Amino acid sequence: MKLVTTVSRLGASLGLACALGLGSILPALAQAAAAAPVPNKGDTAWMLVSTAFVLLMSIPGLALFYGGLVRTKNMLSVLSQVFAIVCVVSIIWVCYGYSMAFTNGGSLNDFVGGFSKAFLMGVTPDSTAATFSNGVVIPELAYMAFQMTFACITPALIVGAFAERMKFSALLLFTVLWVTLIYFPMAHMVWYWGGPDAIGDAAKAVAAATDEAAKKLAMAKLDEVKADAGFLFKIGALDFAGGTVVHINAGIAGLVGALLLGKRIGYPREMMAPHSLTMTMIGASLLWFGWFGFNAGSNLEANGTAALAFVNTFVATAAAALAWLFAEWGAKGKPSLLGMVSGAVAGLVAITPASGFAGPMGSIVLGLVAGVVCFFFVATVKNKLGYDDSLDVFGVHCIGGIIGALGTGILVNQALGGVGIADYESKPGELAIAAYDLAPAFLAQVKGVVMTLLWSGIGSAILYKVVDLIVGLRVAPDQEREGLDVSEHGERAYNN
Amino acid sequence: MKIIMAIIKPFKLDEVRDALTAVGVHGLTVSEVKGYGRQKGHTEIYRGAEYAVSFLPKLKIEVAVSSELADAVVDAIIAAARTGQIGDGKIFVSSLERAVRIRTGEKDSDAL
Repeated sequence: MKLVTTVSRLGASLGLACALGLGSILPALAQAAAAAPVPNKGDTAWMLVSTAFVLLMSIPGLALFYGGLVRTKNMLSVLSQVFAIVCVVSIIWVCYGYSMAFTNGGSLNDFVGGFSKAFLMGVTPDSTAATFSNGVVIPELAYMAFQMTFACITPALIVGAFAERMKFSALLLFTVLWVTLIYFPMAHMVWYWGGPDAIGDAAKAVAAATDEAAKKLAMAKLDEVKADAGFLFKIGALDFAGGTVVHINAGIAGLVGALLLGKRIGYPREMMAPHSLTMTMIGASLLWFGWFGFNAGSNLEANGTAALAFVNTFVATAAAALAWLFAEWGAKGKPSLLGMVSGAVAGLVAITPASGFAGPMGSIVLGLVAGVVCFFFVATVKNKLGYDDSLDVFGVHCIGGIIGALGTGILVNQALGGVGIADYESKPGELAIAAYDLAPAFLAQVKGVVMTLLWSGIGSAILYKVVDLIVGLRVAPDQEREGLDVSEHGERAYNN
Repeated sequence: MKIIMAIIKPFKLDEVRDALTAVGVHGLTVSEVKGYGRQKGHTEIYRGAEYAVSFLPKLKIEVAVSSELADAVVDAIIAAARTGQIGDGKIFVSSLERAVRIRTGEKDSDAL
């Protein structure tokens, strides 16, 4: 079985290009071509399919999941917001987002990339991106498109926190600012690295060095290759498919938004029951389906580890759905559909960072924990604290993401059925498994979580304030009472 | 002429219709309504948010009949709509001054 490393994906050619500096892309590509890693057709097909799967998660999956949870008068506003975010972010992503996330950022490289691939400069049908295996690459366009869908869904997740009261213009402005200043840097910090071949080649050069001076030079080169990675990647924070980058990131931004926008008029006194749990169930099911692309696709290759991530995504979700169902049945007296599908989403969130690292049994445990804890947060803690996170973005995505991120540090342990932490250096060109030590592994996860909470929490607060100053965050009270569908969009979801 | 308005449990509609047909009623109007009476509402819980739902869904049927038929209609509705549980509904009978069939212009008992 092949193992997966600490998460990131970047072309070996790109890593080299970055290490050599801007302007040397073509020679680096030529060099990569000489080393002859050619994309495998199966891997390429899998990545393209996975990319479409992840788009399906946003639209219509997430849109319907959220849409069903709001009142009839706000249905279209949620659908519009999610759809618009996908469109806006995909354009930004190819213009400069991909470059900001996945290139060398010079002196700021720990935190953000640069603009060397702005407007997809140098990203061609022939350029490749690294995977987690030595000598295996995929087309860079496929990698770029796959990552694009992640950038699209993350701000769309935030919508749930301030649903039913955010101005559409404010949402668009916030989205542009948020992905640019929060998401792209987060993706860079967690997922940017040189790839296994870059490290393997540098490590081989060290081994091949004959005299002291050459060895020293090769060591310096290896250190340079290893240093060319995001801050959280370098400290060893594991995030297979986006527990920190996507879920904690969106979850905390949602909480901050819910607090800054304030409660909906009438909350919690008036009845704000979901207008269509049928839609919510369809949306949650599409999320589950699409999540196979999200998690198993994050392996970047169609192989055994992708299958492992697939299975983990299946069982953790089922376990979490059951955990929430039974917890609610016990605590509130009835097993609800909404509880079950909310649990499923919590499980999907929690397994995301662990999907390619944990084993299936570990994943079930992770799902059970996420289902119960998220239920407790959403049903009890939120009511106690009194904030109005309309659709529980914080309770499900942030809390579920934290459980997943921390759990990953534990469940990656081979003794617990995990795959272990990959080591590309000790046997250059091959995958080795580093010795597992709970304390540093767990600590790295804690650092990843705290960094994400701070970066996104503080950054989002500033961005909300900026947007509030420019266009105002919230619709007028009478518009809110009338519903955003008519007041903001001039249409109704159901005309009969 | 009398107009009879009855509030019944939604699932009793078909039985009530059959019973009314049997006593010679040729048409009726049905609407979905919400309300409350002695029947207590219920609680709905959505992710821990509890809502007391005090307006319950019922059906309102309206039927206009000749005065002679009114008692039979009332009895038929009672027999068909009754479950013995609280919340079976109510029947209101009032006098009807005029009736017109729009298509033909027929009036009063001819229009029923």
